[in-house]
Amino acid sequence: MINKIVPSLREAVSEIKDGSSILVSGFGGAGLPIALLDALLEQGAKALTIISNNAGNGGVGIAKLVQARRVKKMVCSFPRQPESGAFDDLYRQGEIELELVPQGTLAERIRAGGAGIGGFYTPTGYGTELGEGKEVKLIDGVHQVFEKAIKADVALIKAQSADRYGNLTYHGTARNYGPVMATAAACTIVQVSELLDLGGLNPEHVVTPGVYVQKVVCVQPQGAL
Amino acid sequence: MTHPELQNIQRRTQAQIAQRILEDIPDGAHVNLGIGQPMSLSNYLPKDREILLHSENGLLGMGPLAQGDQIDPEIVNAGKQAVTMMPGAALFHHADSFAMIRGGHIDCCVLGAFQVSVKGDLANWRTSDPKAIPAVGGAMDLALGVKKLFVMMEHMTKTGQSKIVERCTYPLTALEAVDCIYTDLATIEVTPHGLVAIDWVEGLSFEQLVALTGVPMKRKGRA
Repeated sequence: MINKIVPSLREAVSEIKDGSSILVSGFGGAGLPIALLDALLEQGAKALTIISNNAGNGGVGIAKLVQARRVKKMVCSFPRQPESGAFDDLYRQGEIELELVPQGTLAERIRAGGAGIGGFYTPTGYGTELGEGKEVKLIDGVHQVFEKAIKADVALIKAQSADRYGNLTYHGTARNYGPVMATAAACTIVQVSELLDLGGLNPEHVVTPGVYVQKVVCVQPQGAL
Repeated sequence: MTHPELQNIQRRTQAQIAQRILEDIPDGAHVNLGIGQPMSLSNYLPKDREILLHSENGLLGMGPLAQGDQIDPEIVNAGKQAVTMMPGAALFHHADSFAMIRGGHIDCCVLGAFQVSVKGDLANWRTSDPKAIPAVGGAMDLALGVKKLFVMMEHMTKTGQSKIVERCTYPLTALEAVDCIYTDLATIEVTPHGLVAIDWVEGLSFEQLVALTGVPMKRKGRA
């Protein structure tokens, strides 16, 4: 029998190792899996590489991990956020590495990782400092830079509803990176607000099929433990 | 510092620039508004045209900012403010959202800028301040992906320098990307043959506009 539902946040994150690369869904606070991130903080894994749109937001989630010096490297598109002071300070002191990626390139690198594609060429970034040092091809008269796919050890994702197969639906723009990140990690761990019996999700409405998901944990809608 | 030429000139307000840009956005257009000033266009959407707003974080058919019990912290715009969804809105994930942008399916994007060059190079994501935390967001994808790129900005910096320049000195967002520049002084199109002034504020002569801008420019309809 397939049952990806785990009873606690602690168990959901128990196997995350030091030095892991972790995809984290969210755009600002929308779709940020705060309960999973808090559980990861408690679990203690360190020297992490976090791949996410922002480098912490509002003093919660990734910001707490950064503050606790668990993060070695951030791969993100927009590190600057309100109250992201922890990241700013460590970055200025040279104590956290930053790989800055244009937002669409970040999403597509993750999509490629999940789709088994090594990389792709995109016009985005050509002729800018974010395109420097990258292979360039002229395709149909347009200069394009090569961008490598991203795969990770773990994905931490927030979704709305799940069944025991790990089929997922999302709420509003909290969907953002969730569906692509779920495809690109060896272990995708999802926090949801609601568990449904098999058949409770309309197959026409499933956004992330369960094949991409390894663990599901149900938390209160506000992300409280 | 106000230029002597500008002392008696009524510059366009942010609202007037927004309304001027909207004159150039046709019925049925799918439009992305950048963070900052461009977002204000959503306050002036004309009732006689259907203009669908795209938000990079996965929403097409974005409505006005949410108020009171409309606020849902998981329905937000690119600036992370809570927004509403219009009837007919669609939600999609981030990779699809940027496929929509890069694939040329979005008709028009309005971005702010630090500098625009005479060739339409755009610099809008970081200054030369070494202490600033670099953050690029979706600007590079938007600048190259959309069919028409409009820039909304002040014509001059606070210290009186033109923001329309021969070559950008700030780090570039994209090369030869901007189609039209809308400022508090003028509307200036970027063409393969150089800048063309379309309109400018009353009381300012074309010659004064060129002198203030400091780069070569033609006027619409004249050689």
